[in-house]
Amino acid sequence: MISPPSSILTQSDPVRPQGLLAGLHLDLPLLTGLLLLSGFGLVILYSASGESLAQVQRQGIRMGVGLIAMVMLAQIPPPVLRRWSPWLFGGGALMLVAVLAVGEMGKGAQRWLDLGFFRFQPSELVKIAVPMMLAWFLAEKPLPASWGRTLAAGALIVVPVLLIAKQPDLGTSLLVGAAGLFVLFLAGLSWRLIASLAVLTVPAAWVLWQWGMHAYQRNRVLTFLDPERDPLGAGYHIIQSKIAIGSGGLYGKGWLNGTQSHLEFLPERTTDFILAVAAEEFGFNGVALLLALYLFLVLRGLYIASHAQDTYSRLLAGALTLVFFLYLFVNAGMVAGILPVVGVPLPLVSYGGTSLVTLMASFGILMSIHTHRKLLPT
Amino acid sequence: MSGLPLKDYSREGRLFKQRVTQAAVAVALLCGALGFRFFSLQVLEHEHYITLSRDNRVKLQPLPPTRGLIFDRNGVLLAQNLPTHSLEITPELVPDLERTIERLAQLLPIQEEDIARFHRLRQQRRRFDSIPLRVRLTPREVARFSVNRHLFPGADIQAKLLRNYPMGADTAHVLGYVGRINERELQTIDVSNYAGSTHIGKNGVERYYESRLHGTVGVQQVEVNVLGRVIRVLEEQPPIPGSDLYLSIDAGLQKEALEAFGEESGAAVAIDPQNGEVLALVSKPGYDPNLFVEGIPLKTYRALQHSPDKPLFNRALRGSYPPGSTIKPFVGLAGLETGTVGATHRKYCPGFYRLPNHSHRYRDWKKTGHGSTDLSKAIVQSCDVYFYDLAYQLGIDRMHDYLGQFGFGKPTEVDISGELGGLLPSREWKQRSRRAPWYPGETLIVGIGQGYFLATPLQLAHATAVLASGGKRFTPQVAAAERGPLQAAPLAVPPAMQPPVPVAEAEHWRDVIDAMVGVIEAPRGTARHIRSDAYRIGGKTGTAQVFTVGQDEEYEVEKIAKSMRDHALFVAFAPVDKPRIAVAVVVENGGHGGAVAAPIAKVMMDYYLLETAVPDA
Repeated sequence: MISPPSSILTQSDPVRPQGLLAGLHLDLPLLTGLLLLSGFGLVILYSASGESLAQVQRQGIRMGVGLIAMVMLAQIPPPVLRRWSPWLFGGGALMLVAVLAVGEMGKGAQRWLDLGFFRFQPSELVKIAVPMMLAWFLAEKPLPASWGRTLAAGALIVVPVLLIAKQPDLGTSLLVGAAGLFVLFLAGLSWRLIASLAVLTVPAAWVLWQWGMHAYQRNRVLTFLDPERDPLGAGYHIIQSKIAIGSGGLYGKGWLNGTQSHLEFLPERTTDFILAVAAEEFGFNGVALLLALYLFLVLRGLYIASHAQDTYSRLLAGALTLVFFLYLFVNAGMVAGILPVVGVPLPLVSYGGTSLVTLMASFGILMSIHTHRKLLPT
Repeated sequence: MSGLPLKDYSREGRLFKQRVTQAAVAVALLCGALGFRFFSLQVLEHEHYITLSRDNRVKLQPLPPTRGLIFDRNGVLLAQNLPTHSLEITPELVPDLERTIERLAQLLPIQEEDIARFHRLRQQRRRFDSIPLRVRLTPREVARFSVNRHLFPGADIQAKLLRNYPMGADTAHVLGYVGRINERELQTIDVSNYAGSTHIGKNGVERYYESRLHGTVGVQQVEVNVLGRVIRVLEEQPPIPGSDLYLSIDAGLQKEALEAFGEESGAAVAIDPQNGEVLALVSKPGYDPNLFVEGIPLKTYRALQHSPDKPLFNRALRGSYPPGSTIKPFVGLAGLETGTVGATHRKYCPGFYRLPNHSHRYRDWKKTGHGSTDLSKAIVQSCDVYFYDLAYQLGIDRMHDYLGQFGFGKPTEVDISGELGGLLPSREWKQRSRRAPWYPGETLIVGIGQGYFLATPLQLAHATAVLASGGKRFTPQVAAAERGPLQAAPLAVPPAMQPPVPVAEAEHWRDVIDAMVGVIEAPRGTARHIRSDAYRIGGKTGTAQVFTVGQDEEYEVEKIAKSMRDHALFVAFAPVDKPRIAVAVVVENGGHGGAVAAPIAKVMMDYYLLETAVPDA
């Protein structure tokens, strides 16, 4: 195992002064941002769910679980995480295979692995394990990576992405793929390669379209790109979502007063389209506040990445932060009708527990990276 | 890091800082773009959207198409859509679901099963979808609920068309049935086109022709009030109903065949050799497909599933039986056409056969032997020894290739979902699946249709049709005609012709067919008792072993449990000169083919050739 030159310092002296937060390895700015965002999320959920306290309560419990996961991960020093990386990745990949095998036997789409006492969704673990693995792999040798290593890193991304896409869970597989690509980008993937890959996707997509798809799948792709051609499904959702957002105006219709959501015009209002509810009831002001909170969290994450002390931590922190932003961008873009409809929730706000815990866990990793730094001679 | 140059940390650090900065700029720009998009929707275009939101009383509703009807070859209705009433609940509109169901149960007979199914469906649907709680309400129940409807917000009576199969079990194994769309099917259908549909073909013809029967969804724009109730329809794009199908199946023949089975289990398939039309396809026992349409109660389903008679099992399409002696005409033809033996070649049958240099005795069913036997006699009296010898001379490779031309060993590709392909063993197959070499003794056993050899009743009927028509091959087909939604008259579905089986010499085929006629007409023919004065039949009996008798033991019917007794088989075609029907019958554990299976085939041929009108030649 390699370590940065700072290894001459044998004592791990926290940068920050002692205190409860520092003792728990928590980062105050991140924690504040997360709590504010989650709180705002619960307020919106109360309205979106038709004032269902039960749903708000359930979501609150999930947030509690997420916070616990975050605190636990923050205690694990980055070198330990780094040593775990290949094992987590291997285990995650095996579980994805197991899920597919079980699904094959049960003759149905399968995302869960039933471990008897609890059900577990391996694709969520892989969301973190893939950037960890890539960061581990790329940090082994000097950067920028050689061609061969870049190719190998690409293979490490493709395998889990295909396994998840086969479940089938296209949204998650795209997010996992993006997480891996972010690591590659941060590790200094040459712009020339990025550009040629972008150019290559066109013929690849054409081949897939011509020979790799059933008629119904082509139909879905078309609807995905142009929701308006499916007035009963996605197109209707987008039209209603835009009406909800636009009618909110600058100040909004007021909490619990959204007509679009309360008269059932807006679909999936507690999950994928919850941002439209917020926009309708709190107006542009509310949206701007939400976006500012997200931007703050992302910038703090990037700050932590740039102040990390070894390559592994930098790559991991940067990639996790960018994935978080990707969530927001894909969801908000979809709700506002500028991106195709993909089932990606609004991070930390949408109702539903699976991705919430994963997101909190990745913030735990960020905190760990930031609070386990060693004092460097300057 | 072994012996590599020290990492250039400052260079790496610079590179990374650069990339993070680029990422941060991109994030800020994209965030700005999002902000601008929301700003333009919410501030710049606010007037436009606030107006839309105030006028937002228009909802789109899917209009499900009517499923196509299915008729038999004579226009008898086999599948129709009957109006039924169901009580449905929209969970989102109901303040207290549990309590509402409780109160409804006091008004109407709602079973535990109904509630369980309701909750199961609720998991799959959206909260604003209407979900059936109780189906097939009687008119009295509809009235009772209607009077009290105001007490149950969110609950309503829905009238809709439900699939119904008038002939019930008689056609179940041909038509299959429709059932509620499940999660797995949702993944593979065009969800928009099924927006208003609740059912989909699950197997049989209903599944195979799903895309034609289903039709195209329509849309209506409706104006709703604040509670979401429809006030009026603004615009409507009507659905396009599915196509009607006319099957080549003869419903009468289907019924006759099932009755002829009596209490026995088994399957029978009849095919028109001139065009491959499937005239009848029965599997006994059957089941009532109507049970599956609105969700079968679990207890009933379990009972069907675990019944020892296996009523859900489609024996005609999926039952794999050793073809037994019914394979002999085909093996005989292989011998003649490949030049292995001549029609006059004789083999002495002492009642057993021994391979050169082996002591194992392969027994003939007739212990005393058939004496000197030529091909004709070997088919008429079903001599095993003759075919052991012929199979030995042919060898497994030639036998496999020749029999494969008659469709053994692969699905016939009939247009009914769920077919299996049987098993035509070969050297290569055994190496692949058993990792073992082929033994000469196994060749002998294949020559009399036993051992690894398995065929479905449909394959047997198909092969018999090919033989009867002198090598003409058609893919078996149940769809005879289709009437699209805009067509006045049904359009015939053309027969699916395949390249014929090559004929080396027509004389060989005649010899085999003559021998098959001998099976019915010769004094010692194994099916002589079904001889008809009205038309001439060619056939072959078969008895397939389920239970292996030891080398020196006797097969004694009384001592063997019914489920271990031989399967009775019979294949036949008629009239011999210009065959119009080819039949294969399997009676499970029925004993000897001539005694049990042949009479069933006779009933079917009688009905089809004598009781139905003869089409103009």
